[in-house]
Amino acid sequence: MTVTTVEHVAAHHDGHEAGSLTTVGFWIYLMSDCLIFAVLFATFGVLAGNTAGGPGGRELFELPFVLGETLLLLVSSFTFGAAMLNLHAGRRAGVIRWLMVTFVIGAAFIGMEVYEFAKLIHEGATPGTSAFLSAYFTLVGTHGLHVACGLLWIVVMVHQLLRFGLDDIARRRLACLSLFWHFLDLIWICVFTFVYLREFV
Amino acid sequence: MFGKLTLQAIPYHEPIIMGTLVVVLLGGAALLGAITYYGKWTYLWKEWLTSVDHKRIGVMYIILALVMLLRGFADALMMRAQQAIAANGAEGYLPPHHYDQIFTAHGVIMIFFVATPLILGLMNVIVPLQIGARDVAFPFVNSLSFWLSAVGAVLVMMSMFVGDFAATGWVAYPPLSELGYSPTVGVDYYIWSLQISGLGTLLTGINLVVTILRMRAPGMTLMKMPVFTWTALITNILIVAVFPVLTATLALLTADRYLDMHFFTNELGGNAMMYINLIWVWGHPEVYILILPCFGAFSEIIATFSGKPLFGYKSMVYATSSIGLLSFFVWLHHFFTMGSGANVNAFFGIMTSIISIPTGVKLFNWLFTMYQGRIRYHSSTLWTIGFMVTFAIGGMTGVLLAVPGADFVLHNSLFLVAHFHNVIIGGVLFGCLAAITFWFPKVFGFTLNEFWGKVSFWCWLVGFYLAFMPLYVLGLDGMTRRMNHYQDPRWQPWLIVALCGALTIAAGILAMFIQFYVSIRDRDAHRDTTGDPWNGRSLEWATASPAPFYNFAHVPAITSLEQHWDDKREGRAYVQPADYEDIHMPKNTGAGFIVSMFGLVLCFALVWHIWPLAIISLIGVVGTFIARTYDRHVDYYVPAAEVERIENARYAQLTEVA
Repeated sequence: MTVTTVEHVAAHHDGHEAGSLTTVGFWIYLMSDCLIFAVLFATFGVLAGNTAGGPGGRELFELPFVLGETLLLLVSSFTFGAAMLNLHAGRRAGVIRWLMVTFVIGAAFIGMEVYEFAKLIHEGATPGTSAFLSAYFTLVGTHGLHVACGLLWIVVMVHQLLRFGLDDIARRRLACLSLFWHFLDLIWICVFTFVYLREFV
Repeated sequence: MFGKLTLQAIPYHEPIIMGTLVVVLLGGAALLGAITYYGKWTYLWKEWLTSVDHKRIGVMYIILALVMLLRGFADALMMRAQQAIAANGAEGYLPPHHYDQIFTAHGVIMIFFVATPLILGLMNVIVPLQIGARDVAFPFVNSLSFWLSAVGAVLVMMSMFVGDFAATGWVAYPPLSELGYSPTVGVDYYIWSLQISGLGTLLTGINLVVTILRMRAPGMTLMKMPVFTWTALITNILIVAVFPVLTATLALLTADRYLDMHFFTNELGGNAMMYINLIWVWGHPEVYILILPCFGAFSEIIATFSGKPLFGYKSMVYATSSIGLLSFFVWLHHFFTMGSGANVNAFFGIMTSIISIPTGVKLFNWLFTMYQGRIRYHSSTLWTIGFMVTFAIGGMTGVLLAVPGADFVLHNSLFLVAHFHNVIIGGVLFGCLAAITFWFPKVFGFTLNEFWGKVSFWCWLVGFYLAFMPLYVLGLDGMTRRMNHYQDPRWQPWLIVALCGALTIAAGILAMFIQFYVSIRDRDAHRDTTGDPWNGRSLEWATASPAPFYNFAHVPAITSLEQHWDDKREGRAYVQPADYEDIHMPKNTGAGFIVSMFGLVLCFALVWHIWPLAIISLIGVVGTFIARTYDRHVDYYVPAAEVERIENARYAQLTEVA
C-alpha cells in the first residue's frame, strides 16, 4: 500500500472539513424535503378540482390576507440575510438581534396561518369536507409545520450563541438554518402561486 | 388514558400467536438473563448500542436482518403449509383474517426489515473501507438511522401480540387500507413502522451519498472507485430520491385515517389511484435500491475469485447509472390493468423492457470476467453463479410481464409472485449471502466455514426452484395470489411441491446458522492473519482483519482502480510506514438510541391514539435531539503512540506469517 500522508484528508472531521460536509449533507436533505413538497403539490394538482359539492378556493381564499403572509415571509428572508451578514462580520449581538427579528416575523406568519385555518374551519370548510380541502390543508399545513420547526431552531441557535459564542459549530448550523429558511420561502412562493393565485386567474 | 388500547387487544384466543408469544418471551428472557449473568450490559452499551463505528453499525443492521429473516420465513412456511392443505373444500388451519395478516407481514418484513437492512449493513461496513475513509460523513446520524430502523422492526413484532397487523397486502392499497375497511390498528402499525424505519433509511442515504462524494482517499477519482462503491452511490441517490415519496404517501394515508381527510377514500372526491401511482413511484426504484449493491458485490466476488480484473468496468458503471435513471420511468407496469390507455401502457411496457439491456450488459461482463480466469469455487463464487442462472430466468419472466397484453392475463397471479421471488431471492438474497461470506473476515478476523456454506447454498438453490417453479405453472393456470383456500384439486400437487421447496430453504437457513456457530467455534483455525484472505483487489483488503476502528493508519493515496492488487504486484503493499500521527475520531453517543426509544413509544402511542403519551414522547424525541446539539465534545484524538502500538502488532503478525 502506498502510504503518503495527506494532511487535508487526515483532518476529515476537523472543523472546516466537517463544516463543508454538513452543508452538503443538509443541502441533500433539503432536496429530499423538496420531494415531499413535490408529492403534496402533485396531489393538490390532481385533487384541486374535487370539491365534492363543497366550497372552492375562490369562495374561501382572501387574496390580500395571503399577500400579507407572503410579504411577511419575504421580509423574514431579508432579515435572516441581515443576520448572516452580521455573522460573516463576526458581530454576535447583531446576529442575535436579527435572528430575533426573524423569529418575530416568522411567528407572525404562523399566527396568520393559524387564524386563516381557524376561520376556514369555523366557516365549515374543514379538511374532511372534500378532497380539495384535504389537499389544501395538508400542503399549506406542512409548510407551516416546517416554519414552526424553523422557529424552534432559531430559539435554540440564539441560546447557543449566547452560551457558546460564534464558534465553528454555530457558523455551520446557522449556514444550514439559513438554507432551510430561504428554502421555505421558495416553497411558499410556489404555494402562493399554485394554491392561491391560481384560483383568481 | 389508554386510547384504544384495552386488554382485548391481546389475541389470547389464538393458540398459534400465543404459542409464538411464549417462545419470544422465553427467548427474550433467556437472552437478557444471559447478558446479566455474564455481566455484559456495560460492554453492550459502551461497545455496541452507543457505537458510531460504521462497521459495528453495519454488523447490527445485518443481525437485525437475520433475526427478522426468521420471522418473515416463518410466515412463508405458514402460508405454504396453508395452501398445501386448503384444497377442494378444506379450510386449512389459518382463518382468513390471520392469513391476510401473515402475507402482509411477510412482504413488509422481507422488504423493509430483511433486504433493506442487509443492504444498508453491507454498504455501511464496506463503503468507507473501500474509499479509504475513517468513518461515514455523519457518524451520529448513522447510529440514529440504525436505531430508527430497529424500532420499526420492533413495532412490526409488537403488532403480532398487541392488536393486529395490516391485512391489506404489503403496499396497503386504499380504499381497503382506509378506516372504513380496515378499522383495526393493523394499518396504523404498518404506517408507523414504515415511517420510522423509512426515516432511518433516508438519513443513511444522505449520509452515504456525502461519504462517497466527499470522503474518498486522495487520487480516487470517480472512475477509480471500486464497483461496489459505485453501486452503493447509485443506490443511495435512489434512496434520497424516492424515500421522501414513501414518507409523503404514507402521511397522506395517515391523514385519511386519523384526521378524516379524503385523499384516497371513495367519498368526497378522494382518488385511490393517486396512492397506487405514488406508492409505486417509490416502490419500483426500491427494488433497484436493493439489487444494485448486490450487483456490486457479485462484481467484486467474481473478479476476485476469477483472479482477473472485472471485465468492462466502465460499462458496469454506465449500466448501473442507467438502471438507476430508468427505474424512475417504469412504475406504471405495476398496474397496467388500471386502464391508463394503450399508449401509456405501451410507453411503460417499452421502458420496462429497456431496463433488461443494461442488466444484460452486466451479465455478459460477469461471464467475460470468468472467461479464461482461474476460477476458485468458493461458496461466494457458487452464490454468484447460482445468481447468474436464477436471475436470468427471473429477468426473462419480468420482460414477459412487461408486455401489457400478457400482463392482463398474468396480473395478480402466482406467476407474478414467482417472478419477483425469482429476482429478489436469486438476486438480492443470494447477493447478500455471498457478500456476507466474502467480507465476513474483514469484520471479524476469521473466515466462515466452507462446508456449511456450500450446504446452505445448495439447499437454497434447490429449495428455491422447488418452491417457485410450480408457482409459474399455477399462475399460468389462473391461480391468483393471496388465496386462503381454493376449489381446484389439480393445483394441490404443485402446492405440495412448493411446500417441500420451502422446507428445503428452511434447511438452507438452518445450515447458515450452523455455519456461523461452527465458524465461531473453530475461529482460531481460520484466522485471517494477512487481512487479505482471498487475494483481493480493492482497498479494503489492504488493512488488517478485523479492520482497526480507524480503518487505515494513514489515508492511502490512490493511483489505480485496483489499488491493492497493483500494490501487491509492484511490491508496495505491506510496507510499514516510518511514523504515525494522531487520528481524529468521533466519540460514541447514546443519543441515537435514546431518540429512537422515544420514537418507539411515540409510534406506539400514535397507533393506539394515546395522545398524552404521544406528546410526552414527542418532547422526548425533540428534547434529546436538541440536548445532543449542546454536546461540544463529540470527537477525540487517538494518540500516535496508540496507533503505532496497534500497527506494530499487525506488522509483527505479517512478518510471522511471511
